[in-house]
This record gives sequence, structure tokens and C-alpha cells, in this order.
Amino acid sequence: MTKAAIHVPPKGGFSFDLCRRNEMLAQNGLKPPCSFKKTGTTIVGLIFQDGVILGADTRATEGPIVADKNCEKIHYMAPNIYCCGAGTAADTEAVTDMVSSQLQLHRYHTGRESRVVTALSLLKSHLFNYQGHVSAALVLGGVDVTGPHLHTIYPHGSTDTLPFATMGSGSLAAMAVFESKYKEGLTRDEGIQLVSEAICSGIFNDLGSGSNVDVCVITKGHKEYLRNHQQPNPRTYVSSKGYSFVKGHTEVLTTKITPLKEKVEVIEGGDAMEE
Amino acid sequence: MSIFEYNGSALVAMVGKNCFAIASDRRLGVQLQTIATDFQRISKIHEKLYIGLAGLATDAQTLYQRLVFRHKLYQLREERDMKPETFANLVSAILYEKRFGPYFCQPVIAGLGDNDEPFICTMDSIGAKELAKDFVVGGTASESLYGACESMYKPDMEAEELFETISQALLASVDRDCLSGWGGHVFVVTPTEVIERTLKGRMD
Repeated sequence: MTKAAIHVPPKGGFSFDLCRRNEMLAQNGLKPPCSFKKTGTTIVGLIFQDGVILGADTRATEGPIVADKNCEKIHYMAPNIYCCGAGTAADTEAVTDMVSSQLQLHRYHTGRESRVVTALSLLKSHLFNYQGHVSAALVLGGVDVTGPHLHTIYPHGSTDTLPFATMGSGSLAAMAVFESKYKEGLTRDEGIQLVSEAICSGIFNDLGSGSNVDVCVITKGHKEYLRNHQQPNPRTYVSSKGYSFVKGHTEVLTTKITPLKEKVEVIEGGDAMEE
Repeated sequence: MSIFEYNGSALVAMVGKNCFAIASDRRLGVQLQTIATDFQRISKIHEKLYIGLAGLATDAQTLYQRLVFRHKLYQLREERDMKPETFANLVSAILYEKRFGPYFCQPVIAGLGDNDEPFICTMDSIGAKELAKDFVVGGTASESLYGACESMYKPDMEAEELFETISQALLASVDRDCLSGWGGHVFVVTPTEVIERTLKGRMD
């Protein structure tokens, strides 16, 4: 048997098997989806006196629909490095996961803490290889042996090194806040306050961003992930009682009940309990 | 017309108290013509793990076969069933592998994990996971399902109430979607039993 005939799980990399079929479908008038899940996003980062603060909103969209009201956009890269992702959700998720495992292997090999520039090089080389087709726009922040670092990475693989940075559809709204209020040597509380304010500006002025504020504070040898640091948009439309349906309200055609293994054990126990 | 609207589908999963429910419509169509009215979109992976595949039916079936294959390999190697979280990662990886030529499928995964902790999750066609604590939806009726679930869902429902809620949400939603409907198929999974029901719905 030829190797191609054995369908073994692939070793990695993209597969382009379905591209020709999908193109054929497109030619026959069946449009391929143009709206993958996006994180139409506000993500920010800044350097303060002891380290780096990253911030993100928590809305994920699919076209005009809010797909997730409380998603996580600050991804783990290494214990001392985190990364905010904007763009196509699958790409940001996959690219950060991939680099995070490469960094873990690198740490096992060298026995040293990962550096932010290592993560930066791995991310940008992957993104540059795919010429912008892997649409991930990232804000990478961390503290390593050489101090605090903050970078932005564009989908085509270009990078910036900045004291404060914003990305995503709400980047203009957030940058407006940073440009007017950022100064060097902010304290931790001032930093968190400014990041939250920038994210809130994105949440309220950009339709692609919304819901809550996530913050991640990274300092030398320490990090703090403040999930839902602020919740400026709580649900207000919940009925106190909610809908309740009477049992047997829905018309049922057939019912099949399959007991699971544990059920048998429960019955045995129940028999012993009688008397 | 989008490729996702070719066959038509409605999928929803909800979390209850130590249980979950996953439901789908039963129509298989080719655009506006109905081909079958007893189509299975929800498949069992193991006793406490189910996957529903919305979108293009041919891809749903191919993807299902690949997933069962990978799960069986896992069972042989590990001598245990996959945890729902693990399975979600597997589905995500298989979909992302085809990032530039995707399967036109939107999976909805529901399962009971360790300590019978319910787990539900959905993805887009290229494997971007969306984990939720309450409910997830998919398919052509997803917009109306979002609305119905958002108003009907309550936390910590028992199995019977969960069944009524998910059924009503599904039936209400498919009535506002031409491409899905023709009754429903509901699985309610508790730690002790699986209740599988077919629902009567409109036939237009």
C-alpha cells in the first residue's frame, strides 16, 4: 500500500485538500463564508514603572452578531509573557497556542526564563510566512531578564516596540485616551486605571468591542490576571421569574431512555437500602 | 446564497444542573426543497459526549467520520473515553488544519466531564472555540435561537425542565427560519441516563 492510501493523523501544517472543491462550489454560486468568528476588538498595553499592563475587551463577533459576550482575548504565552489578540479568532488562538508551546519546549531545553523577543520573533516569522493570510493582530507584553517589553505585531509580520500600544477595531478610541493621558513612570494603580479607561473608550465608542474589561499586570517574577476587572455592561433585561414551561407541554413523538452504567450501581445500592 | 444555507440546520445546546441537553431540527434540504425529514445532525461520540454539526451536510458527515476515527484511536491508546474539553480541542485542531479550505461546518459540542460537570462549546468553521456556561447555538436558525435562548434560559434547571426549555426554544426559532424545522431531535443527558426524544413540529 502506498503511504498516501493510509489515512494517518497528519503531523502538522495546513491542509489544502478542500480548496479546489470549495472553489468549485464558489463558482457554482454557493458563496464561501466571509464572516468567520472575529474578535472585532479593543486591545491595549502599556509599560508602567514596574512592568507591563495588558488590557482587552471581551466581545467576539460573527458579522454583526455578538457570538460571545465574555470571551478571553489575553492569551498565555509563558509565565512571564502574555499576548492580546485581535482579528480572526481562530488565528489568534492558534498562533498564540503554537508559539506558547514552542516557548515551553525552549524553556525545557535551556532551563531559562523565556524572553519577550523570542516570542516576538516566533510570532512575526510565522505571520510573515503566511503573508497576512493568518490574520492575527497582536499586542505582546512581558517582563524578562532584560526588563519590561511591549510590542505590537501586525498580520503581515511587521512589529513595533512601544511604551504604549493599541490594536483592533477600537484602537483609535483607545489610543485617543493613551495619547492624552499616558506618561512615563505610572504607578500600578494609575496604569490599571488608564488601561481600563482606554478599553472602556473602545467598548463604548467602537461597535466591534463590548462587554467587560480584562486586565493582566506583569511585573518582575509576578503576574496578575484580572479577569473581568470591570463589568460596565451588566444584563438588565432578565425577568425575575423567567419563562417556565409545564412538564409535558411540548408535543413528543417518541421517547427513548437509555440508562447509563452508573444507573445500575444506583439500583443495586437502592435494593440494599430497602426494608 | 451562502454555502452554510445550502442544507439548512438549527442546533442548540444548554446546560442544566449536573446535566445538559443538545437539540437539532430534522430537516435536510437542498436550498428550498426538502429532501429528508428525519435527518440526524447530532451524533454520539461516547455515552456522555455528543456533537452536532450544523452547515453543509456532506461535510458534517465526513467530519463526523473523521472524529469518530480519531476518538477510537484515542480509546485504543489511552483505554478511556475522551474528556469533552479534550474532544473540543481535537475538533478545533481538525478544523483549523483546513484554515484555507475549510469544512463548511459549525460544530456544537456537549458533554459531561469529570464529576459529571456539564460542558458545552461551539466553534466557527475554522475552529475558533467559544466556551459558554449557559447555552450555545448554531446553524441557519442561530440568530433566532440566540434570541429565544437568551430569554428562555435559566441557570440550574433539572433535566425535565431543561428538556421543555430547549424544545420550546428550538421550536420557536425554527418557525422563523425557512431552511430548518420539521420537528426536532433532543438529547438530555444526566449522570444516570440519556433521554432521547423526537418532537412534533410544523411541517411547512
